[in-house]
Amino acid sequence: MTETSAPTTEPTAFPQPRGCPFHTEAPYRDLREQQPVSRVTLPTGMRSWLLTRHEDVRAMLADPRFSADRRTPGFPLFAPGQFAVRDQAPSMITLDGSEHSAARRAVISEFSVKRIAALAPRIQEIVDGFVDDLLAGPKPADLVRALSLPVPSLVICEMLGVPYEDHDYFQSRTTRLIKRATPAEERLRVITELRGYLASLVDAKIAHPTDDVLGRQIERHRAERGAPDREVLTSLAVLLLVAGHETTANMISLGTLALLNHPDQLEQLRADPARTPLAVEEMLRYFTIAEFVTSRIALEDVELGGVTIRAGEGVVGEALSANRDDRAFTDPEALDLDRGRTNHVAFGFGPHQCLGQNLARKELQIVFDTLVRRVPTLALAADVVDLPYKDDATIYGVYELPVTW
Amino acid sequence: MRIKADRGVCVGAGQCVLTEPAVFDQGDDGLVVLLDEAPEGARAEAARTAVDLCPSGALSLVED
Repeated sequence: MTETSAPTTEPTAFPQPRGCPFHTEAPYRDLREQQPVSRVTLPTGMRSWLLTRHEDVRAMLADPRFSADRRTPGFPLFAPGQFAVRDQAPSMITLDGSEHSAARRAVISEFSVKRIAALAPRIQEIVDGFVDDLLAGPKPADLVRALSLPVPSLVICEMLGVPYEDHDYFQSRTTRLIKRATPAEERLRVITELRGYLASLVDAKIAHPTDDVLGRQIERHRAERGAPDREVLTSLAVLLLVAGHETTANMISLGTLALLNHPDQLEQLRADPARTPLAVEEMLRYFTIAEFVTSRIALEDVELGGVTIRAGEGVVGEALSANRDDRAFTDPEALDLDRGRTNHVAFGFGPHQCLGQNLARKELQIVFDTLVRRVPTLALAADVVDLPYKDDATIYGVYELPVTW
Repeated sequence: MRIKADRGVCVGAGQCVLTEPAVFDQGDDGLVVLLDEAPEGARAEAARTAVDLCPSGALSLVED
């Protein structure tokens, strides 16, 4: 890989550890101010460009000269063997242009604002069920196991038509996929097991039609292709299942932590639940748990922020840094649940912006409204700085959140 | 001011519907549907925000 603009310093190690979200010193502020397009070394030893300004991150993610094809040599990797399964049918997150558009359009309607709104009563039932169990159980309890993981997991299982009884099987494997320290061979084995599990499920649904997202995709394949494509359907199932629970789970934990850590803002939500949707937007901006999923590779030479990025070079659009850019947000280091609607990039930007974002929003809104209403004495049963934060994962969060009430 | 929506570019993220449901909707295919092509007042302001939030670039403003 050739250096195209002489870097003034050795590449910085990336990502910076985050630790406690409320005690992090203005993440990436120095880079954003002094070298907004810089060279970094990733945990895998790979070199990449790092974009730290909101404007540049949005411009890059919307620019078709940057590819999302994770199979391309040089694509920024954060863990060994991260995209090792290169010979399988790629899912939409790996496709560009018209191929991406076709794959995404096949499922968009399942995640539209209206379709998700129609799921709200069932999501409320699910949340209430797990809150019932939490309140009936011993104190203190781990909110991650009691609520954060099971809610999105059960919701996505019901949507896809995956048996929830199997959640330990895919949850434990997803956790290992997301840990950066997981060795390449283990990562490959885990993803192969997950694929095998979901391929069997797809086969069962091909044999016996079901009325769920996967069942409807099978019908769509029959209508459009003549027969269901098992590999394509399995890749879609893996993507939706993995993306559908770990991300929202971390936001449930961190959002709850934010409310417990800012009791004045929690009281405002309790007094007026109509504020919750925009409060959730601010939580998404503030935590930006998927800060480097927004990585791409240049297909041709592109000038960005005064630097020429050469074809074949990797680029990380640092979403956390973008969301803390004071060019785009007033007082960006403050968590302000009254901030209103902003153009944060917590769900990414461009054609790949999160497909499940409206599902995530709805789950978060219902969880926070329910906790605030039903568990008014909820309190943290540990020191906020001592919690086990996920600094070793590709998705930020907290492994355990001890609470009492 | 008028709004233009390109359904060929839309990725169905739904940001516009969340921002101003009086101006934007999603069809059965999940793609954008314009309910009001020439919004005024507060709707026009919200529509401008929606254009900025649109991830795919499917929405644009045409100033009269």
